[in-house]
Amino acid sequence: MSEHHKDIDQPTGVETTGHEWDGIKELNNPLPRWWLYIWYGTIAFSIGYMVVMPAIPALPGLGTNTRGLAGQSDRIAVAEQVESLRAQRSASGSALLTASLEEIETDRELQQFAMASGESAFGDNCATCHGAGGRGAKGYPTLADDAWLWSGTLEGIQYTLQHGIRHEEDPETRFSLMPAFGRDRLLERQQIDDVVNHVLSLSGREVDEAASSRGADIFAAQCASCHGANGTGDRTVGAPNLTDDIWVFGGEYRDVYNTVYNARNAHMPAWGERLDEATIKSLAVYVHSLGGGE
Amino acid sequence: MGLLNKHGVFERHSLILTIGILITVSIGGLIQMAPLFYMENTIEKVEGMRPYTPLEVAGRNIYLREGCYVCHSQMVRPLRDEVERYGHYSLAAESMYDHPFQWGSKRTGPDLARVGGKYSDEWHVDHLIDPRALVPESIMPPYAFLAEKSLDFRNIQDDLKALRAVGVPYTDEMIENASMDLRAQVDPDIYFDEQDALVARYTEASGREGTVQIRDFDQDPDRITEMDALVAYLQMTGTLVDFSTYEAEDLMNAR
Repeated sequence: MSEHHKDIDQPTGVETTGHEWDGIKELNNPLPRWWLYIWYGTIAFSIGYMVVMPAIPALPGLGTNTRGLAGQSDRIAVAEQVESLRAQRSASGSALLTASLEEIETDRELQQFAMASGESAFGDNCATCHGAGGRGAKGYPTLADDAWLWSGTLEGIQYTLQHGIRHEEDPETRFSLMPAFGRDRLLERQQIDDVVNHVLSLSGREVDEAASSRGADIFAAQCASCHGANGTGDRTVGAPNLTDDIWVFGGEYRDVYNTVYNARNAHMPAWGERLDEATIKSLAVYVHSLGGGE
Repeated sequence: MGLLNKHGVFERHSLILTIGILITVSIGGLIQMAPLFYMENTIEKVEGMRPYTPLEVAGRNIYLREGCYVCHSQMVRPLRDEVERYGHYSLAAESMYDHPFQWGSKRTGPDLARVGGKYSDEWHVDHLIDPRALVPESIMPPYAFLAEKSLDFRNIQDDLKALRAVGVPYTDEMIENASMDLRAQVDPDIYFDEQDALVARYTEASGREGTVQIRDFDQDPDRITEMDALVAYLQMTGTLVDFSTYEAEDLMNAR
């Protein structure tokens, strides 16, 4: 307050503001200059920023927010970034698109590229069910062995990836339905017990011989049309080989009984819409290489 | 310096100070809020977005009850690596019927905005029952009880009414049939006519075919469980908007 005389507080030597209540005086310690100038600077910056970047949400009549001189848009930027990433990849990726799967596997450079991109896509999209490295889990086929339900060839794997299994939204999906023999009352419990004994005997397990031989007839009547007369399976309908002692849904008596009773019609989503063609090809090559490719 | 020194007036009169604070704060508030009343576009115009079906609402309620949002976000941000991993970045339109929204701010688990259709129903059920059986390195807690617990949907009509009260465009017909719609969506073998009605209602709201998924989601055809509802909700997330007609480059949609 300019009209006051300068009043210096004696003990500290600091000028006071002139305010005084009950003999207590307020010292006038101004903000440090450097701090103040930085603060002024931020105000100036914000004005500049408002001009350059999108800032004001909307002015009447403008409809949308101000664009700013730089025309920055995160959404357009990310579209460009993804585009340039695709372009970068297509240096090798376009070769993937034109090459056949066999060529990819034999051409060292293409194969390395496909394996690298297949592995990372596998980790994100496939490993959640099929496990890291395709080791599988109960209910989810192991991809690292040579027991294939539908097809283990490069083209077959690519088709499965593209169209899925029992993925009803895709008309070209791989499809078959195992009946729920127990739930839908196609077989009595005793008959299921017999046929389970027979199925287990196919892979050389110790079973009740009498039940197994009774089950053989039921197997021939009910199961053989898909799983084959001797239980070796049929890939055209995705019927697993029952003689190799490899079990997707578990090979204990209970598991197999449950399978026959309720049926297993596992579903794999089609990836054709979610992943681009080069990624699907890479995945086919990667899965084919895991151990059992044909 | 005369004007600058008038602050003494505010400091000595608490009523004037209060009025001063009110004026200052309301300037800030007005600048943020006023444009929302005359802006043409805060939410993108998209095709396919529709209110959630009763079963999806029930599943979403379980999602909220179990606090899934504590570890899972539902927003793919417009960043290259996120778009690469999860798919198209999330649009405001995609959460316009979410009350409250589930964007989240923390990802202990992956983003779920586009998990719909990515995995099979069986996978969701197995994974919710025992996450580590499928993903050994997962730290997600198991939710096995969801498969055991029957879904309590006595209040589903009220749920829809409450959502309508905050702006979700449920029709009278949707609310009236909420309970039957819920059962029809999960029981593919019994309610044929009701299914057609359900699909018709929500397809009309969506303007796009194929957004209503009807099946037994938890592989337990005898009962409607909480698992059914949650999996139905998860399988719908991120699948409603038709991105083939969405114009990302349109300036109205640029953010």
